[in-house]
Amino acid sequence: MTKKHYGTIALGLTVILSIPFFLYLPIEVAGQRPGNVPMLMLYAGFLAFTVAILFVFILILATKTDYVKGHIATLYRFRHLLFMMVKRDFVTRYRRSVLGILWSVLNPLLTMLVISMVFSLLFRADIPNFPLYVLSGQLIFNFFSESTSLAMTSVLGNGAVIKKAYIPKYIFPVSQVVSSLVNVLFSFIAFLIVFIATRETFSWTMLLVPLPILYTFVFALGFGMLLSSIMVFFRDIGYIYSVGITLWMFLSAIMYPVEILPPRIFHLIHFNPMFHYISYFRDLTLNGVVPGLWANIICIGFALAALCAGMYAMITQQDKYILYL
Amino acid sequence: MNSPVISVNNVSMMFNLSRDKVLGIKDYVVKALQRKLFYDEFWALKNISFEVQKGEVLGILGLNGSGKSTLLKIIAGVFKPTQGSVYVQGEIAPLLELGAGFDPEFSAKENVYFNGAMFGRSPLHMKAIYDEIIDFAELWEFEDVPIKNFSSGMSARLGFAVATCINPEVLILDEVLGVGDFLFKEKCEKRIAEMLSCGATVLLVSHAVDTIKSMCSRAILLKKGEMVHSGDVDEVCQVYEEGANI
Repeated sequence: MTKKHYGTIALGLTVILSIPFFLYLPIEVAGQRPGNVPMLMLYAGFLAFTVAILFVFILILATKTDYVKGHIATLYRFRHLLFMMVKRDFVTRYRRSVLGILWSVLNPLLTMLVISMVFSLLFRADIPNFPLYVLSGQLIFNFFSESTSLAMTSVLGNGAVIKKAYIPKYIFPVSQVVSSLVNVLFSFIAFLIVFIATRETFSWTMLLVPLPILYTFVFALGFGMLLSSIMVFFRDIGYIYSVGITLWMFLSAIMYPVEILPPRIFHLIHFNPMFHYISYFRDLTLNGVVPGLWANIICIGFALAALCAGMYAMITQQDKYILYL
Repeated sequence: MNSPVISVNNVSMMFNLSRDKVLGIKDYVVKALQRKLFYDEFWALKNISFEVQKGEVLGILGLNGSGKSTLLKIIAGVFKPTQGSVYVQGEIAPLLELGAGFDPEFSAKENVYFNGAMFGRSPLHMKAIYDEIIDFAELWEFEDVPIKNFSSGMSARLGFAVATCINPEVLILDEVLGVGDFLFKEKCEKRIAEMLSCGATVLLVSHAVDTIKSMCSRAILLKKGEMVHSGDVDEVCQVYEEGANI
């Protein structure tokens, strides 16, 4: 047997052994578990998947040291470029606008105002503090949609530079997602303003807010890299994604409570990663609850899956980009 | 002891000309049915091999379309060769085109820092050599002007100044010296000589045989993607001029 087989066997054993361990955790640690068998299977699948990806990551880190070191060295070499690109994004975004950086705070506030006005007039959603509910969903989802949409066109848009100088291609989507992350920090100020204005009580769980933002960041990073890679070869994805993201937004329970969904879709929403990230964020801020281990595993699982897909697409395809730009 | 700074081994580069033509589903299906999809091959470079030693200036001669720029782009890492490999020891500063990597919307100052970052230089380092760059490019009056308002000579000067002031180990120049006036050209040549004395290596592409003769010790001649001659600069230039006259 070759070394490869040992790796596969070890991976299989870890996955199998970890499932019962997690399934029998007390509910205080693990969080609410679905009662029906199909959903339980889904959760177990997620668990296996997350563990498997983590395992593969560790395996690659341990065995292909030179390869990993090479990538880290390039990333380190181009760190200044990354920093400057993020800074430049930020400067250009509000160049020649009177209110400048204030728009980062004002924009989510105003959109929230419009949505909550429309919805409280049209529908009667039984949600306490509806504005904050909308704003929390928007904060996470806009971060995702903005960063992935910008990342998608980033490689194509920087074609002129790619044709003239060697730059690792992932720098472009990464810089877009990082600058959206900076933007989300300003949106969070808007969130805090509404939080205080509506006399919501602070809970210590608020301190864990960076966690769902980090999960969303990793997910958006992977998804953005994947999209930017597809965009080079298949421009139609730009149009498809702009429709897709609208559908995605309406399926993420941003403006309505999840409970109003018909039962069939209600189960399907568990396949929507953004729903999990938004729920995580709301649990911490609005409900003052720390999501259990299951919620974390699902969030990490989706994020890692997207990251793997994005990194794989970038690393295997980046030498071909130049021929299609 | 004397390991080459650049070694190019059996490099071939193939472009698929039909790739650009396939734009829509209809075209794609029609072409696929005609089995024409992947057969429009064009070999821009065929089996190129050479080595460049440290401190050398290698001239690359050839008519338009002979594959000079493709070769430089492969060495700079922009293209990945279809076959063969390229090994470069040390840091390359490619000047493949005038003002490559400059963002036209930004000022000269911002672009200097940005260009430096593309070469892996920190803003702190760029600040230290900033005066030298602007001095060399003679652009003190225009440091806050967006590059889009620059003349081609101005952005060429700035590009050259940044690429040489960061002291790269390998400098690639593609038809860059032809742009400035003769004063600037002299200045550039002096600068290159300085860099060479510090142990830099230079690859130079030019149609001006005089420039190649005055600066290079060795040259290679490309013709339709093949290396037809390599060796002493005078000899190669002679072959090039004879070939061009026919």
